[in-house]
Amino acid sequence: MRYAYFPGCSAESTARDMHQSTLAVAEALGIELVEPEGWTCCGATAGHQTDRVLAAALPAATLVKAADMGLDLVVNCAACYNRMKVANHEITTNKQVRVKVADALGRDYDGSVNVRHFLEVLLDDVGVDAIQKMLRGSLAGTKVASYYGCLLVRPNDVTGFDDPENPTSLDRLVHAMGGTALDWPHKVECCGGGLSMSRTDVVINLTDSIVGMAKMAGADCIAVSCPMCQINLDMRQLDIARRQGNHYDMPILYITQLLGLCLGIAPERLGLNKLMISPAKVVKAVVAA
Amino acid sequence: MAITISRNKSAGGIARRVREISGVDLSVCYQCKKCTSGCPVSGMAQCPPSEVMRRLHLGAGDELLNSDIIWMCVSCETCSARCPMGIDVAAVMDALRKLAVERGAGKPEGNVPLFNRAFLKTVAMFGRTYDIAMIAAYKLGSGKLMADTEKFPTMLRKRKIALLPPTGADRKTVRRIFKKTKEDRAGR
Repeated sequence: MRYAYFPGCSAESTARDMHQSTLAVAEALGIELVEPEGWTCCGATAGHQTDRVLAAALPAATLVKAADMGLDLVVNCAACYNRMKVANHEITTNKQVRVKVADALGRDYDGSVNVRHFLEVLLDDVGVDAIQKMLRGSLAGTKVASYYGCLLVRPNDVTGFDDPENPTSLDRLVHAMGGTALDWPHKVECCGGGLSMSRTDVVINLTDSIVGMAKMAGADCIAVSCPMCQINLDMRQLDIARRQGNHYDMPILYITQLLGLCLGIAPERLGLNKLMISPAKVVKAVVAA
Repeated sequence: MAITISRNKSAGGIARRVREISGVDLSVCYQCKKCTSGCPVSGMAQCPPSEVMRRLHLGAGDELLNSDIIWMCVSCETCSARCPMGIDVAAVMDALRKLAVERGAGKPEGNVPLFNRAFLKTVAMFGRTYDIAMIAAYKLGSGKLMADTEKFPTMLRKRKIALLPPTGADRKTVRRIFKKTKEDRAGR
């Protein structure tokens, strides 16, 4: 299994833990990930709030490099995944956008690169059965609230990822690892995404409601697959405690970190030391399979 | 609830431009308010998404660009996902943001346009985002100097944020993209 792999800008900064754990899990499962040389920023929310052509051209700069490699492009950041998928959709359905993107890039791109989320690779290409055979640890006794946020599942006709209202991709992996995947109502609520700095008040309200609901559902931790969700739910718990007086102490782990632990990978290689809310109790709860 | 719209110089208000930018047919909205019910910020905003749609129907002008919802909207797209008429309400919000910047609407709380400019500036320079430079530019511009500073020592110790600017990106292509799209906007 060989793929082009787009780490996304946060992989080099605030989501180095996501990147490290993705690489470690991929290596353990025999998935080869090759970064397109010179990959560039997808433009994120700032891009699509600013200009439609810019929002398509920035992802296209990397997509065209993946096209040259002749490989599917695997993305683990939900935000980058979303922008890549939307750019492909815009370029294939809107002739004017395709022409303008070609002018911006200096070459034509037809929107044909297959963009896959790393979760899709784990579930559809590797498969739950094969993953289970390789597990050395188990989440038995650990209750996990799977949190998908917005950008994996919306717009669903473009991303095609799972069910937009009740996705189960993360839950299936948690279940495969022997953990309890909680049925809870905030799976696809929004954490506030890119407003973390500009409208911290809004983000504190939204994350308080999400983490609070996970706590009420009895979660030991929340599993995520998006760097924005991770940092908002993790770091903003400090503000929620200070400003709202709610102390959740809820570890927010990437699904690749949980999977890495169960594959027997050392916590240091999974970036677990980078979380603001200590995941120690989750790490300790992983028992021999 | 009664909605009052001020009289506008151009008939039809800004709806035509919103339709052009977003490609959305605003007229099919029948005010079921499903967008507002699912919107994570509708409880905090003065004018929820269904009201934005109604105001556009009624011929709202530039005053709508000062609504707090425009920059409080988190682009989660729940509204678009749940609209029974398939209206891309999130694309309408993107169009309103573009118009707000274009027409110099009042500076919104939190100054998201400044954040977006700071973000894209580092992308234009390095080909990838450079968080620390972006944060510094946003803090200086917004005056929120002390926000979140108590978290920096821990983040730096954990190396949760990169100190040095990113390297290895194809900066040439990114510079070209910014130049060409800027020219395109100017020509529109």
